[in-house]
Amino acid sequence: MSGIVIDHNKCIKCLACIKACPFNALSLENDKIEVNAACRLCKVCIGVCPTQAISLQDVIKKVIDKNLYQGILVYVEHTDGNIHPVTYELIGKALELAKKIDQQVYCLFIGENIKEKANVLLEYGVAKVLVYDHLDLRYFRVDNYANVFESAIKKLMPNTVLVGATTTGRSLAPRVAVRFKTGLTADTTILQMRENTDLVQIRPAFGGNIMAQILTTKTRPQFATVRYKVMDAPQKVTNVTGSIEIGVVNESMLKSKIELLEVKRKEATFEISEAEVIVVAGNGVKDEKGLKLVSELAELLDGVVGMTRPMIEKGTGSYLQQIGLSGRSVKPKLIITCGVSGAIQFVAGMDKSDTIIAINSDPNAPIFKTAHYAVVSDLYEVLPLLIKQIKGEIINEL
Amino acid sequence: MKIIVCIKQVPDTQKVKVDDKTGVLIRDGIDTKMNPFDLYALETAMKIKEQINAEITVITMGPPSAKEVIKEAYALGADSGYLLTDRKFAGADVLATSFTLAQGITAIGGYDLIICGKQTTDGDTAQVGPAIAEHLAIPHVSWVVKIKDVCDKSITFMEDMLDDIAIAKMNYPCLITVDKDVFQPRLPSYRLKQQAETKTINILTLEDLAQKDSEHYGLSGSPTQVEKIFEPTSEHEVERFEQDDKNNAKLLYQKLKELKYVKELS
Repeated sequence: MSGIVIDHNKCIKCLACIKACPFNALSLENDKIEVNAACRLCKVCIGVCPTQAISLQDVIKKVIDKNLYQGILVYVEHTDGNIHPVTYELIGKALELAKKIDQQVYCLFIGENIKEKANVLLEYGVAKVLVYDHLDLRYFRVDNYANVFESAIKKLMPNTVLVGATTTGRSLAPRVAVRFKTGLTADTTILQMRENTDLVQIRPAFGGNIMAQILTTKTRPQFATVRYKVMDAPQKVTNVTGSIEIGVVNESMLKSKIELLEVKRKEATFEISEAEVIVVAGNGVKDEKGLKLVSELAELLDGVVGMTRPMIEKGTGSYLQQIGLSGRSVKPKLIITCGVSGAIQFVAGMDKSDTIIAINSDPNAPIFKTAHYAVVSDLYEVLPLLIKQIKGEIINEL
Repeated sequence: MKIIVCIKQVPDTQKVKVDDKTGVLIRDGIDTKMNPFDLYALETAMKIKEQINAEITVITMGPPSAKEVIKEAYALGADSGYLLTDRKFAGADVLATSFTLAQGITAIGGYDLIICGKQTTDGDTAQVGPAIAEHLAIPHVSWVVKIKDVCDKSITFMEDMLDDIAIAKMNYPCLITVDKDVFQPRLPSYRLKQQAETKTINILTLEDLAQKDSEHYGLSGSPTQVEKIFEPTSEHEVERFEQDDKNNAKLLYQKLKELKYVKELS
């Protein structure tokens, strides 16, 4: 029974709780204090009881033995065996969390013809990579993958399961978590491990206006999907000690009800608001040479080129590249503005970006109020040097 | 065919604050609206209905005042609407919410296709849809970006699979979550809006569901607990690089490396 529980051995029937209850949810029945359906779990009674006879019983009846669940399992995100970088970030975080509770990190790798690739994961200090390799697992089909995932969890009994908060990860993780009737926290950005093996999961809500700290204290494993480009990828280890284990794929796991008719690699369509990295050319970019520097930097950072409205009006770029009130609103992880003064119409379309770096030769440029990093330099001077360093053409010594 | 669309009432603003003393969420005003991503789900249902004979039922879970979101759905063209409301449903996380909705969907009766928006703007989890499918033991596909074909037996669509785009087909019953590229949502119709005022809104409470044990719902049925909420530290301090161009370039390079946008060259 969950809710307010009264220990009749401790109760001295002082009736303080009955008087204090704002909902008339307590009464003396057959010489015992009883709780009725009016209880709203406000816990006022717990505070007034002089003998601590009243408690809030754990809401989930079966409190599991947490010691039965050991290790942190990382789901390997990949396409055709090409491991998605979020995986390494998860491994990095998992190693850190596991160290805190003296446990190990495992990887779950589901796909086709991936055994060789699994070795790469061991180089990062993973204790075990559990590989499920089958022709029918070549493509992500959430029902088949969930079946395999379930089998892997039953085999490993991990304390924590981390999945990248990607399109596929956020489709797969909820199905598996529901099977184990356990907690799943979506799109976490901060993870910490407590000594009692409870995972502290922190995530943004309401469009990032608040952060929620969430715990899964009564069930295991604790599932979290984790945002990409938030955690740190680990260094490779010098001596590899982990091992590959091959998981058994049964036909019963492969009865997908999703019929794949065609799978093709995504076309690179240009949508600037989807870009994670944007390098913006503003009025300070005066010629082809300047534009080339901006493009080159964007390319080196796996980003795209954005422009301010005056640049588009001059015919320098496509309106698809225009950022600001009359163009696109963007919220990339990184935006670098080059020669942008920072008109309010522009700023309104990009000020939610995670990291804003502004390069402008005017130390009083308004854009520096919006920027996190203000680089007071001429873009024609600083960009060539920066590009050379990224390319490794000059060694960076400060 | 019978289509169920899951909708949610969300605050009309994302401007929320946390009361420092009590740790309670303070919402700026009390205006609410339908979760914007649900408009795409409802539009998908309407487009299907234009092609084949279909009946659209919306379902939501929330306080009694969430009736308003069903009226909004009526104004957009939904045929019937159900509100799951019970004090015992309060405080639900992904598991308990999806369980309650799955119970509600079962209570309504048969269905062929369930459509959800990709996520809500208040919770942002994108995980309730897939979880509903798991409770109902039906297949699902998330992040559907285009409907290719629909008939009375199956639906064919394009899905976003990380680096790939797939064309896939599922037989009913099944669930999809749709991305915002799928269709452009229509505006509410004046005539339907008028009718919505008097149209029946069906109420479902715990008593109406097959699983009546309250342990499965609300706070009791939620394995996760929100320990605290807080405002992100707005450490908006501007770090200025005001050395010569050469050193500024170095500092900038270091910063990009620290932020993991450039790799350490070895």
